[in-house]
Formats: sequence, structure tokens, C-alpha cells
Amino acid sequence: MSVTDIDSRPTAAADQTPLTTPAGNTGLAVRDLTVRFGPFTAVDGVDLDFAPDTVHFLIGPNGAGKTTCVDAITGLSKATGSVRLDGQEVLGIPVRKLARQGIGRTFQTATLFENLTVLQNLDIAAGMHRSRWSLLGARSRIDPAIDEALEDTGLGHVIDRPAGILSHGQKQWVEIAMLLVQRAKVLLLDEPVAGMSHDERQATGELLHRLKRERTVIVVEHDMDFMRQFASEVTVLHQGKVLSAGSVDAVTSDPRVQQVYLGSGPDAEAEGNQPA
Amino acid sequence: MSLTSTERGDPSAAGPDEARVGDAGRGRPAGPVPGVPRRGLAYGGMAVLAIALMVLVPMFFGTFQVNQIGRFVCLAIVAVGIGLAWGRGGMLTMGQGAFFGIGAYVMAMHMLLSDAALRGPDTLPSFMVLSGNGELPWFWEPFRSGTVTVLGIVLLPALVAGLLGFSLFKRKVKGAYFAILNQALVAAVAVLLIGQQDTLGGSNGLSGFQSFFGLSLADPLNQQFIYLLACGVLVAMVALAYWMMRSRFGELLVATRDGEERVRFLGYDPAGVKTIAYMAAAMMASIGGALFVPIVGIISPTSIGVAPSIAFVIGVAVGGRGSLFGPVLGALAVAWAESSLAQAFPSGWSYFQGLLLILVIVLLPGGVASLGQRFRRRRADSGNGSTPDPGTDPAEPAHVPAPKGTLT
Amino acid sequence: MDILISQLVAGVSIGSVLLLVAVGLSLTFGQMGVINMAHGEFIMVGAYTTYVVQRILVDAGLSLLFAIPAAFVVAGALGLIIEQFLIRHLYHRPLDTLLATFGVGLVLQQVARDVFGAQAVDVAVPGWLQGNLQVFGAVVPYSRLFILVLSIAVVGAVVLFMAKSPAGRQIRATVLNRDLAETSGISSRRMDRMTFFLGSGLAGVAGVAVTLIGSTGPTIGTSYIVDAFLVVVAGGIGKIKGAVIAAFTLGVLQALIEYSTSASLAKFFVLVIVVAFLQLRPQGLFAVKTRSLA
Repeated sequence: MSVTDIDSRPTAAADQTPLTTPAGNTGLAVRDLTVRFGPFTAVDGVDLDFAPDTVHFLIGPNGAGKTTCVDAITGLSKATGSVRLDGQEVLGIPVRKLARQGIGRTFQTATLFENLTVLQNLDIAAGMHRSRWSLLGARSRIDPAIDEALEDTGLGHVIDRPAGILSHGQKQWVEIAMLLVQRAKVLLLDEPVAGMSHDERQATGELLHRLKRERTVIVVEHDMDFMRQFASEVTVLHQGKVLSAGSVDAVTSDPRVQQVYLGSGPDAEAEGNQPA
Repeated sequence: MSLTSTERGDPSAAGPDEARVGDAGRGRPAGPVPGVPRRGLAYGGMAVLAIALMVLVPMFFGTFQVNQIGRFVCLAIVAVGIGLAWGRGGMLTMGQGAFFGIGAYVMAMHMLLSDAALRGPDTLPSFMVLSGNGELPWFWEPFRSGTVTVLGIVLLPALVAGLLGFSLFKRKVKGAYFAILNQALVAAVAVLLIGQQDTLGGSNGLSGFQSFFGLSLADPLNQQFIYLLACGVLVAMVALAYWMMRSRFGELLVATRDGEERVRFLGYDPAGVKTIAYMAAAMMASIGGALFVPIVGIISPTSIGVAPSIAFVIGVAVGGRGSLFGPVLGALAVAWAESSLAQAFPSGWSYFQGLLLILVIVLLPGGVASLGQRFRRRRADSGNGSTPDPGTDPAEPAHVPAPKGTLT
Repeated sequence: MDILISQLVAGVSIGSVLLLVAVGLSLTFGQMGVINMAHGEFIMVGAYTTYVVQRILVDAGLSLLFAIPAAFVVAGALGLIIEQFLIRHLYHRPLDTLLATFGVGLVLQQVARDVFGAQAVDVAVPGWLQGNLQVFGAVVPYSRLFILVLSIAVVGAVVLFMAKSPAGRQIRATVLNRDLAETSGISSRRMDRMTFFLGSGLAGVAGVAVTLIGSTGPTIGTSYIVDAFLVVVAGGIGKIKGAVIAAFTLGVLQALIEYSTSASLAKFFVLVIVVAFLQLRPQGLFAVKTRSLA
């Protein structure tokens, strides 16, 4: 499957209504999101649209507010505005309940339970959809969803390894597997390929495209190559505001984006690829 | 390291809307729970413990020593709970003396009331005849009944621990804060008890018991029975702890210890998880306290305050707080060491206790139980999937930012 | 009204003792995040130093004045030793520091028992501190007044030191941003040692004060350590201002409750109040650091 075949849906610009898939899954719609830390406005009236079946990238220079946006959406930072998941308002809902609504995220640094095995990590994630009483018993069978998630991410062979000894790339994949097992509808991935080898990045990108079916995949990234290869939609943030949004070509040829992020002029693109 | 790219008809064959009823009957069998002894080893260990305590000890030791060991067994029961709360849950409970005291005083009240009832209806416990105003304090009344007493021993600490723990954990009071507050709690309880001269014996405590649920304490056969009862309860508590550790709750507890905020992102409430472990520890401490009374024959604030609460913790630290048998064996060993050494070298014991604590914390944080792990690790190849050891210090806590502000 | 005033006065008196025992802890716990459970034993060391000085100098008043710097140095030196050999190795493990220093406390208690005997020793109160003063109808022992003055002086000195002296500024810089301070040429290890020396020394000074109001025995440390921690926790880790307000508030609270119930019940209720207060404000009165001590 060629990378250029990836997703030829029309782009959803910020002012168009989000697309609807047959399952009634409208994705994530953010309107006028504002996050202030005292006098400092980290995110300033941002509108974002993330449709399902698409791999969205949220990029921008350091300090642009990308992670703060994700923090606001996932309930870590206080924000004003509106965040709708499938039409339902979710801004301000506590972290715990948000996770149960189907919003899942990963973090820049590994956040697995290092002393527990991959299986135990995933089983805990799968517990979200088990009854409370299942906590009383010991595991007798492996949830098939866990096996599927491991197959999807190619981690079946490390199922009994302690999560702490995995490589960085493997840890990121376990995190993604946990999102699958959680049945997250929205996957917010914070710099998932930082520190990965080239092959690992390729594999991750392909994974994301396999996973986007009936899910909304949002990737916060710095790696421009990764973005160019695997993004269907891109939104560029700069100083807390949306600078540009659209397809990869539309955004990378936007002169404003070139000036701010890639250096100004078409020559700069050749010489100044952002390091990972 | 590349992913396998499986071409499948539908990558998300899992179908998010498929109803799941847990994993009853679906999926391949899971192996033993890593980080916890296998069933064979665990039950074998419990059997060894039971035989050693209940068969070998009475066989080789005289009545007095058996009684001493009975005291150690009660302290070991407390240790099992601390092993759960601290070892698996990461909560340094430095105030277990408070719960120990609840169980002990409740039992003592019941025993004194039964003794008094034998002398005639509406008689007061002896010490109250001497001091006090001739009326039974209201909080003694419920414990005339044996059933209420047993229920009280189990439920009262659970209630206190539940309320206190939940309110603290909800507010993210943890780690050292939590430990200090625990200690302040038990200090306050001890001071409170010392002040209650007329109603609870004050600094003299309660003693002079004659019977235990109808059994005369003067009869050595009954004493032995009570000893065996305590041992049985200890083994039962170990079994309970094993069940908890093996269960999904046990895994969730370790996860909460190592990554409290991360657990929140998985839809769980870490406060609830920790509270349950704290309540279990409280109940075990209370049960240990309750059995302590007929065996030792006296309960006073000196057994309940800051120093004994720390002594509980030392035993668990030495034995290995995250393991199944570590807390029990550590508590038994330290208690036995104290009783033998303190008699021979009274000042030496304090030095020994202090130095033991320092050395264990600095050199062997996982306790003696972790020696086995370290030995195994050294033999196995590194990076080769050695069994994880959730019992030792938790890994660097995952750097998951916590929600700012007051999000409940 | 008279009763209220006398209780307030008693409360201020209790508060000044609390402040003295807590201010050193506010430095080590607040500034460094180190939980020194032997802090109570440092207080005991200060008290015994007073005893020893009195044995040498005989005159109670003179020995009191000499004992203050002596206790500061002795307790401070002890703190330095413990920092160098033990605490330094446990810097990112607060719970382990807590337990290990508790072990140190046990050892220190036993040393005191072996050297001075398990019974309390007699430390004479100087003649000019005996007797009482009438304040607004309340009776205040001169010794308590002395402690109040001492506590204010000590806290004032600490605040001035931290704010104005180069060493104090360096300590603050190290606490705020260790790496940056290092690159500015400040040895963070030296700052750690100095802070710990100061904090422990202040505990020694508190020990001197304690000899005026109670007996001096090996276990007096245990009765003050819990209170000291409560004051620091309630006041907000890292802020001396918080410790001051917390100390006097808790002192007054204890005095008021003690009046209507009993001493033992009062301690219990004060604890309950602190726990309840932490429910509302887990960071204490004044929060400097929001990182949790996990």
C-alpha cells in the first residue's frame, strides 16, 4: 500500500461541518478553546476539527500550545470554550470520566506500569469495560481484545515481559495498544515517534493508518518527515492560535507556515527540515 | 523492530459495540500472575507456616514461650496488612497502632464485661468499681454481646479507615504527608487513651481478664487453644492477602502505587483503590489487636502509640514489604529478636532496632525477600524478561501530569 | 472575658513553643524536602546540652545564655553528620528518609539513656525567669515569656538570614533551581549541608527552651516531633510565614479546646481539625511547592 494512497477524503477546514460516518461518529470538534496560566494565554480561541477515519497531525513550533491543547481536551488543564465528542460536550469533565467516554491519550515520556507485564498493563486498561466485580478475581483467561491489540501492534511476543524493560518504541506501541483495549474513540498521541528508529517510525505510521478506521487519530508531532508521510490532515498552531489547516500539501506550501516553522521561502524547505 | 503487518479484512474486528461480559469463557487461558508466588508455592508456604507455628512450636517450646510466640503472631497479623497497604499500595501506614488499639480495646471491653456478668448482672468491671462514678460508660454497652464485639473488631476500623483514607486520598494526600498524618493520628489516640482513666483504664490500660468467650484463661489448655486460634487467623490473613495480590485488584493496586495519575487516565479512581487496601490493613491490624488481648493479658496505650506503630513497620521492612511472606517472617523475626535481645541487652536492643532500620532502608529496601530476586536477577541474562518484582521499590513514578485545580 | 484572655495567652505560649520546634523543620522539610524524623531527638540533644552546660557553669542564668549557642552548634553538627553519612544517599526517597531518620532517632534516644540515664534530669530554671507576670488579668510565667521572645527572635533571625545574607540567598537559589544555581557557582552540596546544619541547630535551640517548661528526658523528642510536623504541613511546606501562623493558630486552638475538655481530648481534636483543614487546602496555608511528596 503506497503512502500517497492514504486517505483521499476532502479536507475539513475549520469552518466546515465535520463529516459523519455511518456509525454516527462525528469525531472531535473544538471551538474557541482558550487556556490561560495567569496572565499568559497559552491557547487562544482555537478551533479544531478532527474527523474519524483520518490521521490528523497537530504541529507547531515549541511553545505553540499543542500539548496544552491536548491537556485541555483531556481534562488536565482548565480551559474555556467547547469540546464536543460526537456532538456531546466534554470540556471540563474530570480525567477519569473522560477516559470512559472514549478519549484516550499517550504522553511524551513512557507512562506504563514498569513493574507489571505488558499483559497486566493491557488487562488493567481493558478493565474499563469490565464490571467492577471482575477486580475481585484473578485473571483466568486473556481477553481476546488484548490479543487483538497485541497483534495489531505486533507485540504478541512480549506479552509476559515487564513493561519496564521494553525499548522505547515498544513502550509507545504498548501505550497505543492500551488505547485500543480501552476502546478509545479518540486517540491523542503526544509525540509518539520521538526517539524511534526509522523502521519503527514507518511501522508506527502504518499502524496509525490501520487504526484510524472508526476512530479519530490525532498526533502531536515535531517530526516533519513523519508528518509528510503519514498525515492526512494537518493543523498548524503558532503562539496559541491556529495558523493553518488542511492537507499536507496545502499547509506546507502556505507561506505563513513556511515563515514560522520551516524558515521562509521554498529554499528553506530544502535545507531546514525540523529535527525530530 | 518492525511491526507485523497483518492484512486482515477488518483491522478493528473487535467491534467496539460488541457487548463484553468480562472474560468468562472467552480467550485463551492466562498464566500465573507475575510478581506474586505461584499457587503451589504460596499454599505450600502457608502450609509450612501453619505446621511450624501450630504443630512444631507447641511441641518444642514450653507454655511460657508458646505464649510469647503467640504475641509475635498477633504482631505478624498486623504486618500482613501493612505489607498490602505499603508494599503493594505504596502507603506508608505509620499509625496502625490506632487500629490495633480499636480491636484490642473492643475485645478487652467485651472480656471484662463478660467477666463482670459472671459475678452477677449489672456488675461493673473491677477497675471501674475503684474509680469512676459507678455507671458503665455508654460506649461499653454494645460490647456485652460477643457478636457485636466480633463485628466491631472487623467493621469499626474499616469504617474509620474508609472515612479517613478516602477523604485524604481524594485530596491527593499521599506519600510522606500521609505517613506523617498517620503518625499524628496514632499519637493523638494514645494521648486520648491515657487521659481516659475512668473509662478505659488510662495509662494502666485494661487487664485482669478471666475468661475469653466462655473459656477460662486460667486453664492452660484454653491458652493453647487461643494460641492455635491466633495462628489459624494468621494463616487465614496470609491467604486473604494472597487472594488480594493475585486478583486484578492487586494488580491495579500496584499500578496505582507506581502511577497514580496514569491509572486515572484508564478510568479508575486511585483514591478508591487505595482506600480499599487501607481498609484491609486496618481490619487486619484490628484483628491482631483483638487476639493480642487474651494472649498477653493486658492492653495499654504503650502498645498502641508511635513507637509500637513504627515497630510494626520495621518488621515489614526487614522481611520485604511487597512479598507475600516477607512481612510475616520479618515481623516474627524482629519480634523474637526484640524479646530475646531486650532481655539480655536492654540498651543493645534499641541500638539494634535503630541500626536495623537504617541499614535495611539504605542497603536492602526490598527487605530480605528481595535477596532472592537479586540472586535470580544476577543469574538470569539482563534484558531477558526476568520476572518483574512489584515488591521492591516502585519504578520512577510515571511522569503523568496531575490535573491542576480542583477537579474531583 | 478573663477566661478567654487567659486561654489566648496560654495559646500564644503553646504556639511559641510549637513555632520554635517547627522552624528548624520548616527549613529542612520545607526547603529541602527532607523528612528528618530525628528532629525531635535534636531537640532532646539541645535540652541535654543545656543540662551539661549547667553542670559546668552552675549558674542557671549564665548557662541558659551559653546553652543557646552551644545547643545550636551541637545539634547542628549532629545534623551535619547525619546529612553527610545518611540523608545524602536518600535524597529522592522521602519515605525512606523518613524511616531511616526514625532509626537515627531511636539510636540517639538510647545514647541519651546510656549517657544520662533513663530518668529525667533536672535542669534548673534561672531565678530571673521564675515567677509570673500579670498580663490582662492572665498569669504568665516569665519562662513562657522568655520562650515567646526567643521564638520571635529566632524566626526573625532566620527570615533575615534567608532574605538578606548572601548565604541565605544562595540557599534560596538552590532550592528554587538547583541546576541554575550550580552554574552560577553555588555548590548545591554545600547549600544542602548548610541548610541541614541550620535546621538541626534550630532544633537544638528549641531544646534549650523546652528545658524551661518541662523535664528533660530521653523521650521528650517524641512528644514534639509530631506537633512540629503538623505545624509545617498545615502552614504550607516551604513558607516560614505559614509555620508562624500555623503554630500560633494551633496553639490557641489547643488552649481553647483544652479549657472546655481536657488536654488529651484537645490534642485529638487539634489533629482532626488539621486533617479537616488539609481536606480543604491540601497544600497548607501558603503553598510554595505544588509538587507532591510521593
